[in-house]
Amino acid sequence: MKFYFFHLMPYADLDLSYTEKYDTSWVKLPNTYYDREKGHALYNRYLDELEFADTLGFDGIGCNEHHQTAYGMMPSPIVIASALSRRTKNAKILVLGSAIPLRENPLWLAEEHAMIDTITGGRLISGFVRGIGAEYHATGVNPIWSHERFHEAHDLIIRAWTEPGPFRFAGKHYHFDYVNLWPRPYQQPHPPIWIPSQGSQETIEWASHPSRKYTYLQTFSPAAAVARFLKMYRDQAEKYGYEASGDQLGWAIPVYVGETDEIARKEARPHIEAFRNKFAKMPFEMLLPPGYLSMSSMKRVAAAKAGMSIDMTLEMLDEQGMFIVGSAATVRERLAEAQKQIGFNHLLPLLQFGTLPHDLTIKNATLFAQQVMPHLRPLGEPKAAAA
Amino acid sequence: MPATKTTIELRGCKIGLMRAGEGAPMLYLHGAAGAGAWLPFMERLSRHFDLIVPEHPGFGVSDTPPWLGSVGDLAYFYLDFIKAFGLRDLHLMGSSLGGWTALEIAIRSTHGLKTLTVNCPVGLRIPDVPVADMFLWSPEERARNLFHDRALADQMLAVPPTEAEADVLMKNNYATARLAWQPRFFNPDLEKWLHRVDVPTHIVWGREDRLVPVAYAHAFAGLIPSARVTIIPDCGHMPHIEKTDEFVRAAAAFCQERRP
Repeated sequence: MKFYFFHLMPYADLDLSYTEKYDTSWVKLPNTYYDREKGHALYNRYLDELEFADTLGFDGIGCNEHHQTAYGMMPSPIVIASALSRRTKNAKILVLGSAIPLRENPLWLAEEHAMIDTITGGRLISGFVRGIGAEYHATGVNPIWSHERFHEAHDLIIRAWTEPGPFRFAGKHYHFDYVNLWPRPYQQPHPPIWIPSQGSQETIEWASHPSRKYTYLQTFSPAAAVARFLKMYRDQAEKYGYEASGDQLGWAIPVYVGETDEIARKEARPHIEAFRNKFAKMPFEMLLPPGYLSMSSMKRVAAAKAGMSIDMTLEMLDEQGMFIVGSAATVRERLAEAQKQIGFNHLLPLLQFGTLPHDLTIKNATLFAQQVMPHLRPLGEPKAAAA
Repeated sequence: MPATKTTIELRGCKIGLMRAGEGAPMLYLHGAAGAGAWLPFMERLSRHFDLIVPEHPGFGVSDTPPWLGSVGDLAYFYLDFIKAFGLRDLHLMGSSLGGWTALEIAIRSTHGLKTLTVNCPVGLRIPDVPVADMFLWSPEERARNLFHDRALADQMLAVPPTEAEADVLMKNNYATARLAWQPRFFNPDLEKWLHRVDVPTHIVWGREDRLVPVAYAHAFAGLIPSARVTIIPDCGHMPHIEKTDEFVRAAAAFCQERRP
């Protein structure tokens, strides 16, 4: 198994009483809640934590992209990946991912990723996402075309990375007379591509296709859903006539390791509950704008999300397998069991979440790296040849 | 008179159609909420006119054709529709999104049009007067914000939609996003060409419209040469539903005025 230190970089100093006045920390929460000095300190703290993870032996470090939210101060993962690329030497750098349909010019993304890949001598892992629904409110991009733009931007980027230029790209949403990247990516044919998702059959069918075999990452979902979707990937691969490798499957989940189960729960409780109930808080209409999902998926998700506005306790999150918390022994046992059952080779523990302060983040990351990682590393299949 | 409900096919696109009444033809273009049912204001208008109410491509029982991407596409579709139905001396009327569509038709061609009535239309942008963000409204907020009369909103909310109705509401919301998410409920080119609307035009607005503020009534009136404005007091974004009497009386009188 491989381990990646994944950071959401929340605005951890958020005044949590904001919920008395606002129903979400996304898009509509006034940025007067943001303090520039605190922002300055937080960015530097988080970069320190990511760099520290490199020295702890994590296989990779990385972040994602969200816009106009206290949930993550990460409108451009490119900036963070750039800052990390010269300060780290070993870890892969993960951009998980760039929200490619939100860009009017996806070639800029192709260029930016190629630059990071080249500067690091091939340490980039490129993630492609559509962005969550809130992004379509924040950017004004029409969610009706989200799928189409994702696929078209993807095709454009892959061709820009792999085909000799200049060439012409004539799409429905994007048209370029000159596609001719300088630089081309360092890794050949291109950086590995990972697809983070909250789970959808069409994404799985697409990512697992033999022409792609992209690593599929299930993010922040109950363990049962993770198992279901990763199995769906394996089954789909079988339908395509090949056996999916564990390297094609990953799981991102908040984890907290303490000296004992009791200490871990006590220390994590306010921070994981703030993560779930304050930072991730969003009304249904913001999360799922029209067109973001097919109408049949939308109906299904609407039914499943009916109770999503209910606050969750640490116990509920733990029970549903949306958070792994305990002593190193407990965390090892839970993760080993999940690995055995689900068969993923990539684990992306979220070791800072919500309001979790720096000292506890460092302790959590250290305990995880020293007392969990070495035991789990031998699990999983030997690395298969990349697609 | 009960309306006949049919589906017709035009240019390979099937759409729903309701029609009733006799007299001069009137084509009514519905707003974002769709036109599934024969509503009281339609019944009333059909006493004066041969009222034709199509369901836009993308909405309700109609197909969602691949060519549908903007209100301009819808306008060309209805220009074909007017031609195919041989409609002459037509009273064209539209509400909200349908009002915008009617204006997009009229800037392209007023051939065959006798009058134009637009009821709280979108389509224009006044930079410092935002149109509210309907896409972030919950179903309850929609009812509360679309009607001025709280009792009417309560009445709407007291009857939750059936599953079939909810499916249509979702489809209509998808179609509305397709046409109007970006630019949000306006066409930056529309105002350049509104001077081309050379038929008598009636702009009707609910004074307490919380989706598209009444300031837009006057902005449209300033851009359309022969426009008359009727403001209906104590009324939200749906005058045809909230103030059916006033709406029908004013609209019918305007259409039936003797003009030299």
